[in-house]
Amino acid sequence: MTSEFEPRIVGFLCNWCSYAGADLAGTSRTSYAPNIRIIRVPCSGRVDPLFIAKAFQEGADGVMVLGCHPGDCHYVEGNYHARRRFAVMHRLLDYLGVDKGRVMLEWVSASEGARFARVVNEFTDRVRQLGPAKRPVHSFQVAGNR
Amino acid sequence: MSTYAYYPGCSLHGTAKEYDRSARLVCQALGLELREVEDWNCCGASSAHMVSRWLALSLPARNLQLVEKMGLETMTVPCAACYARLKDVSCELKDPEVRDKIGRVLGGQVTGRVTVEPLVGTLTTQEILDKAAGMIKKPLAGLKVATYYGCLLTRPPKVAQFDVPENPQSMDRLLRVLGSEVVEWYFKTECCGASLPVARTDIVLDLSRKLLTAAKKAGAEAIVTACPMCHSNLDSRQGEIRGRYGDDFKMPIFFFTELLGLALGYPARELLIANHLTDALSLLQGRGLA
Amino acid sequence: MPRIGVFVCHCGTNIAATVDCGGVAEAARGFPGVVHATDFTYLCAEAGQRKIQDAIAEHRLNRVVVASCSPRMHEPTFRKAVAQAGLNPYLMEMANIREHCSWVHADRQVATAKATEIIRMVVAKVARNEPLTAKQVGLTKKLLVIGGGIAGIQAALDVANAGHQVTLVERTPTIGGKMAMLDKTFPTLDCSACILTPRMVELSQHPNIELRTYAEVLSVKGFVGNFEVEILQKARKVNHLTCTGCGTCWQKCPEKNVPSEFDVGMGRRTAIYIPFPQAVPNKPVIDTANCRYVRHLAAKERGEKLMECRVCEKLCPTKSIDWEQKDEIIVDRFGAIIVANGYDTFDHSVYGEYGYGKYPDVITGLQLERLMNASGPTKGEVVRPSDGKHPHSVVFLACVGSRDDKVGRPYCSKICCMYTAKHALMLKEHDPNIQTYVFYIDIRAAGRGYEEFVRRVQEEYGSTYIRGRVSWIYPQDGKLMIKGEDTLLGRPVEVEADLVVLATGITAAKGAVDLMQTIGISYDTYGFINEMHPKLRPVETNTDGVYLAGCASGPKDIPDSVSQASAAAVKVCGLFSQDYLTTDPMTSVVDQMKCVGCFLCEEVCPFRAVERETLRGGKVVARINESVCKGCGLCVAACRGEALNLKGFTDQQLLAQVTALLRA
Repeated sequence: MTSEFEPRIVGFLCNWCSYAGADLAGTSRTSYAPNIRIIRVPCSGRVDPLFIAKAFQEGADGVMVLGCHPGDCHYVEGNYHARRRFAVMHRLLDYLGVDKGRVMLEWVSASEGARFARVVNEFTDRVRQLGPAKRPVHSFQVAGNR
Repeated sequence: MSTYAYYPGCSLHGTAKEYDRSARLVCQALGLELREVEDWNCCGASSAHMVSRWLALSLPARNLQLVEKMGLETMTVPCAACYARLKDVSCELKDPEVRDKIGRVLGGQVTGRVTVEPLVGTLTTQEILDKAAGMIKKPLAGLKVATYYGCLLTRPPKVAQFDVPENPQSMDRLLRVLGSEVVEWYFKTECCGASLPVARTDIVLDLSRKLLTAAKKAGAEAIVTACPMCHSNLDSRQGEIRGRYGDDFKMPIFFFTELLGLALGYPARELLIANHLTDALSLLQGRGLA
Repeated sequence: MPRIGVFVCHCGTNIAATVDCGGVAEAARGFPGVVHATDFTYLCAEAGQRKIQDAIAEHRLNRVVVASCSPRMHEPTFRKAVAQAGLNPYLMEMANIREHCSWVHADRQVATAKATEIIRMVVAKVARNEPLTAKQVGLTKKLLVIGGGIAGIQAALDVANAGHQVTLVERTPTIGGKMAMLDKTFPTLDCSACILTPRMVELSQHPNIELRTYAEVLSVKGFVGNFEVEILQKARKVNHLTCTGCGTCWQKCPEKNVPSEFDVGMGRRTAIYIPFPQAVPNKPVIDTANCRYVRHLAAKERGEKLMECRVCEKLCPTKSIDWEQKDEIIVDRFGAIIVANGYDTFDHSVYGEYGYGKYPDVITGLQLERLMNASGPTKGEVVRPSDGKHPHSVVFLACVGSRDDKVGRPYCSKICCMYTAKHALMLKEHDPNIQTYVFYIDIRAAGRGYEEFVRRVQEEYGSTYIRGRVSWIYPQDGKLMIKGEDTLLGRPVEVEADLVVLATGITAAKGAVDLMQTIGISYDTYGFINEMHPKLRPVETNTDGVYLAGCASGPKDIPDSVSQASAAAVKVCGLFSQDYLTTDPMTSVVDQMKCVGCFLCEEVCPFRAVERETLRGGKVVARINESVCKGCGLCVAACRGEALNLKGFTDQQLLAQVTALLRA
């Protein structure tokens, strides 16, 4: 290989905890791997598993979903729904032929800038080791209007 | 006929022979087949769990393993201390990690599927009570007794899973069926000090004296136990208590199986009641029960 | 067609040091829909904002992307700026190239490339933004207070004094709650009734307060500013409009043997009764379960005979007894609700070692309060319930139903250490020869003057404090033997007592969970309300417009309860200071053509924002109440038929970002 593989990582971050945690990493000048591209969502519970599927279909190498710690959800219980959905998502990944190591659900609070950086670094390394993702074996329409 | 694995434990082969004898007799009479666990070993009670958790689990676990090999589902245990240890390990075996480790210690798998129950539980189900009621030859004629379960049978409640922890009723129900008057008292599950007989005899004497005092005050003519440790303690210490405190209780201490045996018509001699250190025969003779 | 303008901020050197802002703007010009892109030193400054506004006019921009800091920082600033230029504020999006890029990446090439991609994603999103408008809804400036204890009373008075209408609903026949049952309060030993009853009277006479005792909340519909509440007014069988509270009926009622709830079973009451002499309202109710006439009527229906009675009716000088009175349901509208449903004490009958609640001389702290109270069942004489004799030795047990996993109550009830110390002190005041013992785990006396108070009880009042739990209580020779362990000395102790007082802990009030479900607020495993935020929003619930006060959210002493009540009152007054409520337009929305009516959305919505609507033709579909929706999007992710979407974070907007990033 001539140049090292740089994975493309999509991060869905909840506005209240994890997005703020990423902001804190910034204000604290905590540097981390530049691969992640952040999409701001109101809540980790807003993330439809099909968003994740869509990202892989479009060529992502890894997808992170970051939300508030259990019990801290701004919307009371959104992160619990995210967690349950994520468990089911794992089965869908098998069907798609996507390695489970390429997705991550984690809790990062607004005060955990350093932790945000660490989680992102660890995930980036993990995906880098897994190498470029193949497109899902099953291609499908992610929603008529989507 | 239901068949039980029977784990007598060391007491019933030694100090509590009368418990063993009476248990076997009444079970036979009531249609329960007892099959003594072949090659059983010490349950580890009173010392192993002070020394090593894995020793304390492995010793009783081996006995459960033997029962599994015998192909039996249920083991009945007359001794409260043995019951506590065996029941404890049967709970612990639900954890696969513990199960694996014990399996390695024993050099063979143990599943923990055997149900462990105390003999006093086995003999006080509604079915047995009904059966016994129909077989009484000599009702106990209003013999006033205090039922004494001891500290181990119901504790800790989450493990023992036997009766109401602070106010158990099993023996009470049985003895009422047999024609006894069961007195109300509050020491049913108190400690008699049986684990300290050598190291701190003073504590044993104090605790046993309190128990005997309370039973006497409650109007009991005798105490009924389901534990060989309690029995030997209360039965054998009355002389020492008299020496130290001056109280002369002369309180007969029975195993519940002895009274059940008497009511079912077995003679006191066959039940080995004469083995007691505190005279129990006089009381029985006075009531025409021996 | 979107005409997007992209504005890249240098933020001095904060961004420009690692990101080539001019180069990024240059690249942005090539993104789909972008008609204008430029960079500037400080966009948030007046000049920067004007630059954006001028560009909107000059280039006829209908979408704007500001690439600068975090939207959590300046989103309101730039929304306002574009709004001033005549653009809908929700057509502006921010690209975070500072916190998420320039500040965390040192390599200029890497940071510039990343900033460019971030902007490309946001450009793709903003192209799909729709104009959104905040809605305004009116509100009913009337407060419902649930619970007439000290917390409810305080909250009602505060809000009423601020000039708003208040309805207070209380389940029992009187307000006053647990505080009315107390003899003295710690650590000042104020007479509880002396400080409470003036408040009760003030409340009952307040022109802005409608008092509904002997009433319960049946249902709550609606949302902040506009709750519709059904209240059940239980039949009192006494016309309170004509009754003067003269007392003839309850003095003459022949049924005198009903255990008094107010005296916690230590005293008796009649079937027509007021709970205690200073009750508010000071007019009686008939307890139909024990009234002889009501029982006579029931017996008659069964064909049995029972004495007829009707003594109260015959003696009432104002003819106020009304046998025909029925339960009544009142529907009213409220703008806000304060839940102050209080607590109950732990039922100690689960403790076998303390006699399963069966020993008459083992009583609770609240029962002792009644015995010590001068207007209580014994006129303030502390006597043993079993034989009426004065106790000489009294043993207190702290943490009964607190800090005990075994009975499912791992939490600390907070007040028991203090009230037990108070009891030990007061018993000594009643009878200096009395000996008191307190078994405790730890002394938790955090509060002004609390620790000093406990010290005084130990040192001046000679109470013997023994650190350890009691393992067993048993009766012996007419006394109670208490066996425990002194964990400081490491040995067992036995104490002989005439009376044992259990410091039973605080549990959620009976029926609390039902009430929470009726209102639609979240609660914990013990039935206490979950605050919106345990630190920063302690008197708000997860439902807008519903507030809490007192022990509704967990154990509290009187000052804490009162403080919370006043805090909740301020929240209500703040709400009522507005004439209209402005709702955030970023809410869920239903495409009713696609909705199949599965109502999975209703199940996942933490705020009960999903309503049911029947279309012509009978199809039942979901509708989002925009005033209630908080915009979390749970329902959108749950919707199987893609009928739901979240304004501002639509599926299309989010997926466009994914595509823009990965397809480039």
